[in-house]
Amino acid sequence: MRLLFGSCFTLLVAAALGLGATWFTLTRGVAFGALTIGAWTAWPKSGSVDIDPYARAGIARSGELPTGVGDGVAFYAHTDATGNNFDGRCSFTLSGLTPAARYWTVTLYDPEGRLVANAIDRHGFTSEEIVRDSDGRFAITVAPLARPGNWLPTGGIEQFVLVWRLYDTPIGVASRTTKEGPMPAIVRNNCS
Amino acid sequence: MIRALMWILAAILLGGIVHLSTVLALPQAAKQDAYSRLSPLAPVNTMVPLAAPTAASAIMPFMDPAFATAVCRYDLSSGSLKLIAPVSPAYTSVTFYTRKSVAYYAINDRAAGRRTIELDLMTPEQHAEVPEEEDVTAADRLIIESPSTMGLIMLRALAPQPGLMAAARGALAAATCGIQPVH
Repeated sequence: MRLLFGSCFTLLVAAALGLGATWFTLTRGVAFGALTIGAWTAWPKSGSVDIDPYARAGIARSGELPTGVGDGVAFYAHTDATGNNFDGRCSFTLSGLTPAARYWTVTLYDPEGRLVANAIDRHGFTSEEIVRDSDGRFAITVAPLARPGNWLPTGGIEQFVLVWRLYDTPIGVASRTTKEGPMPAIVRNNCS
Repeated sequence: MIRALMWILAAILLGGIVHLSTVLALPQAAKQDAYSRLSPLAPVNTMVPLAAPTAASAIMPFMDPAFATAVCRYDLSSGSLKLIAPVSPAYTSVTFYTRKSVAYYAINDRAAGRRTIELDLMTPEQHAEVPEEEDVTAADRLIIESPSTMGLIMLRALAPQPGLMAAARGALAAATCGIQPVH
């Protein structure tokens, strides 16, 4: 009797623990070898044969194709530098410098990786179409309502994700130090 | 007391095994991975341009909307594959994925160093059968080994400005992939 109870308890707890841990890691997007610069995180190994089993499972589940290391590297941000969630009803400013790359693009998605509908049909910028000042610096305003300059509309959604992709870059290939930056700083302005 | 602890320890160990095996099995069980999404759109061993992602629909999540894309869904079981892709004015890359979406090789136009990216894709067995003298005489012949018989080749051409999207799409339209005749 005791044996039966014990083995039933063990099997139930094991199933709950194991499946719970799998669900948790997949929904949270756990992967090893993260390269974090400020609010931005990339997983360069996910674009190579050295991809870890967690990233493999996550990619199989979402249906995306990771950026290959010979192509470029993709940095993801879900919060600003101080940890504020990317709420589409707030306005954020991205400014500063980008690491060496032949081209870069920045794109706004919802958490599932879909583009967000907006009035001007803009979903991101490339390094060539951004408006810069005379020093070559740029600022991008991510906001629900129209702004002067480089305005990236949020569509007012609850949570958005920014992906900064560097193409033809040594980042993520050459070394794994964190001095590879700088990546653009993200600051929250105000919420409507 | 000790017996209860033993049961708990067993549960944790077994839970770990369940966790690891489900994570490892997931790519095999996934029904909506990139290959499954592209299969109805892309016939085997043919280069097919893909629709640009929009807010209403996208073939895969997290596609870069600044790029024109084309895909070749390959199957090397009947021979090796030849890929020819003219480079677009801005930036062109070719990424090779296994059936399970692992990016095993990627090259861009500058690394390829030519106006046209030309590659031979073969399984390790087919590579071993390539006559050695042929390998030497064609020194600039780029041979890629695919770890899986089936997989995906993604061709991406950047449109740095929206007006250049037509040129990027045009460059991809001239790209081809196909099984090479056995010699």
